[in-house]
Amino acid sequence: MPERKKNAAELAVEMKQITKRFGNFVANDSIDFDVRRGEVHALLGENGAGKSTLMNQLYGLYLPSSGEIFINGKKVRITGPKIAIARGIGMVHQHFMLVQPFTVAENIVLGCESVRAFGILDTARAFREVEDLSRRYGLAVDPGARIQDISVAMQQRVEILKCLYRGAEILILDEPTAVLTPQEIDFLAEILQNLTAEGKTVIIITHKLREIKKMAHRCTVIRRGVKIGTVDVASRSESELAEMMVGRAVSFDVEKTPARVQEPVLLLTDIYALNNRGLPALKGISLVVKRGEILALAGIDGNGQSELVEVLTGLRPVESGSIRFRNTEITDFPSGKRIDMGLAAIPEDRQKRGLIGPFTIAENLILEERSLPPFSRSGILDLQAISRHAKTLIDRFDIRPPREQYIASSLSGGNQQKVILAREITRDPELLIASQPTRGLDVGAIEYVRKRLVQVRDAGKAVLLISLDLDETLALADRIAVIYEGRIVAVLDREETDERTLGLLMAGGGAVHV
Amino acid sequence: MSDEKRKLLAASPLFFTFFSVLTGLLVGALVLLISGYSPLKAYHVIIDGIFSRPSYIVYTVIYSTPLIMTGLSVAFAFRTGLFNIGAEGQFIMGALGAALAGAFLHLPPVLHAIVAALAGIAAAAVWGGIAGFLKARFGVNEVIATIMLNWTALYLNNFIVTLPSIKRTATNATAFILDSARIEILPLWKVSEAGRTWRAMHPFWHDIFRTPFNAGILVALFLAFFCWWILNRTTLGYELRAVGHNADCSEHTGINVKARMISSMAIAGGLAGAAGALHVLGWTRQAAELAAMEGLGFDGIAVALIGGTSPIGCIPAGLLFGALKYGGSKLQFALRAPIEVVNIVIGSIIFFVAMPKLLRIIRRWLEPKKRQGGDSHAA
Repeated sequence: MPERKKNAAELAVEMKQITKRFGNFVANDSIDFDVRRGEVHALLGENGAGKSTLMNQLYGLYLPSSGEIFINGKKVRITGPKIAIARGIGMVHQHFMLVQPFTVAENIVLGCESVRAFGILDTARAFREVEDLSRRYGLAVDPGARIQDISVAMQQRVEILKCLYRGAEILILDEPTAVLTPQEIDFLAEILQNLTAEGKTVIIITHKLREIKKMAHRCTVIRRGVKIGTVDVASRSESELAEMMVGRAVSFDVEKTPARVQEPVLLLTDIYALNNRGLPALKGISLVVKRGEILALAGIDGNGQSELVEVLTGLRPVESGSIRFRNTEITDFPSGKRIDMGLAAIPEDRQKRGLIGPFTIAENLILEERSLPPFSRSGILDLQAISRHAKTLIDRFDIRPPREQYIASSLSGGNQQKVILAREITRDPELLIASQPTRGLDVGAIEYVRKRLVQVRDAGKAVLLISLDLDETLALADRIAVIYEGRIVAVLDREETDERTLGLLMAGGGAVHV
Repeated sequence: MSDEKRKLLAASPLFFTFFSVLTGLLVGALVLLISGYSPLKAYHVIIDGIFSRPSYIVYTVIYSTPLIMTGLSVAFAFRTGLFNIGAEGQFIMGALGAALAGAFLHLPPVLHAIVAALAGIAAAAVWGGIAGFLKARFGVNEVIATIMLNWTALYLNNFIVTLPSIKRTATNATAFILDSARIEILPLWKVSEAGRTWRAMHPFWHDIFRTPFNAGILVALFLAFFCWWILNRTTLGYELRAVGHNADCSEHTGINVKARMISSMAIAGGLAGAAGALHVLGWTRQAAELAAMEGLGFDGIAVALIGGTSPIGCIPAGLLFGALKYGGSKLQFALRAPIEVVNIVIGSIIFFVAMPKLLRIIRRWLEPKKRQGGDSHAA
């Protein structure tokens, strides 16, 4: 818990009676929100509660339907991000807005580049400025690296630097910890401390209570567009905050009976594979996943998890090694054939790999079974069967809104995940690969997804969980494999390990084999 | 209530297209005015030129027939995430295939026409499929591949058409297709003795029979429905759309993305090929040496856009385009106005249709009440 600033009385941001409507939907209902200068203020609420909407109004992406905004005591009308930036407000969005093939330095100076004569970019100066900034706030980055080559945590730092470079005094971070490892989260907390020490004001939008306890001074809770209250973080426990957010008591523990482990269903032997840049990503992975267990793959982002999943689902060729699934060599099988054999995967990137955005819920629910009866007979779709199927699953998985013709991209993140989950689980797969299945979901949805994964395990199927969230790994796993730089450095029983050991192994701290 | 209706209207793409067409006509009027022609007179000439006689209406339909099909070709590819600039070349291949099969095969009537049409469609499907294959296998952007293939088709056509064994003497075109392959309505009877006598007694039909009225439009309508059906009611269409919207996810769920790219381009090619084939079988009866592209394939891009890239939308879009082209051509005689003026009118319509931002502006303009409601709450 960082100490509260003594001179925090002055308000950097004051939003008064903010109401925002979209058609008949009220996203923010007369919300009062204030942030003191030099504090880290958390905006807490479930997905769809209206946190991002509120902050988008501060950043000028939306205009309030009614209400007033004051910055440093002065009433302002923020009609666009440009105005917001001019007022010293910077925002780091949940989905980063970076130009992938550009370097770190280029991304940071983008839009306010210093140029020499004839409009030539002053690259050297950009480098210098970026290095200065990163030193000053302890935000280590390599200015010359390309965005596509650096980790998500690094990209986040670039986004923060981008704001600082534009002279931001007030930083809004939307779900900043959603993609970070425990160590990276600690590091982010340090960065935020550095920032506030330099007099910056930080607003973090989040639904993760632990990080709020770690990073924030005060916290404003929003539920269904209405402000519930603003509290000093130190004065409330995590479960009290959770209750404020959800409106009922929530449990964080997953109820789990001991695993009834059966025979292996997936056998990886000495897998080598390259990443997108043609460099070795997997360096001799051997792994066994058995029926009736959840095997969690723990590791810091970018240590080969994505590549391993792609190798398993058939999207990435192996250099050498063998994959055996249900006693069949499937190393050279295309993905369609693997799916037909009972391999299911919840991809880490919902929008990219999990759903066809413009398709309806009903259409998305038959993606893998599009050519099988009852959905398709001799190549012709049975729309009624598809619709019936969707209605059943919407009901069973509590997908909202419960309309099978609803477009998937308009669903909230949690409901999108439910669609994917429903699709993958209902096929009754022999092996379910779940990559960051609760990423970016709210507390209620996380509870739900985890329960479902345990159910799959209890049904005698195998689950391979890839998670960057150690809490989740520890809550769900029966066994934990730690991946580091493309190698499995340890496979541990859940009972024999704890967060600290895992954290150390994930960071490459020695290969303890059990 | 009326407010709700208004909102619904503003949200409907049909209204938006209609609005764009109207704006395009207005801009066209302005152009006419600036060029020193009376817009009222000009549009009167155009409308008269389309509707005032049965034969004019029929000609409009004949002009529209290939445009509907090349429009379908572009729209179909577009729905599956591909931009088919190659309708032009595929049209040429379709025409060539049909002309050769029509002239050199000997088959009973009807069957001969069907075989000749299929020959053209197949040739064009291969042509489109090549672009799809290049994209799937080597990652060649389909825009570039199809542009190249347009020129390849043009010169291949010119080469084949002028081969001594194929060329009609004293022309730069293939031999005429046999009568058994023609799809014109009663082409022989209407110029026969009996036909002439009958026509003399029926002025309405007499007028219609002056045109090369043919069965092409029926095929075009059928193909529009067929495209809609493929896209929305079959597993193939489902996969094609999935690939078009999100190739990553499609791959993840086991759809063979590369194979689907090829099939999509082949189908698109076949559609443009049908346009070329029926154009030959219904009207020109030959494939001629081409000095330049005829542009019916390129016009398909505009038709697809006006039609909102929906197969059914291509029907009215193609008819509109055909009408403007046919009716507009009469400006030259009536007002001595250059054909370019008509092209500007057509161009401005497409321009407005292709401007999504305009849509938002119109919507906001149509929903002033809602905004005021929000503001009054603030006060």
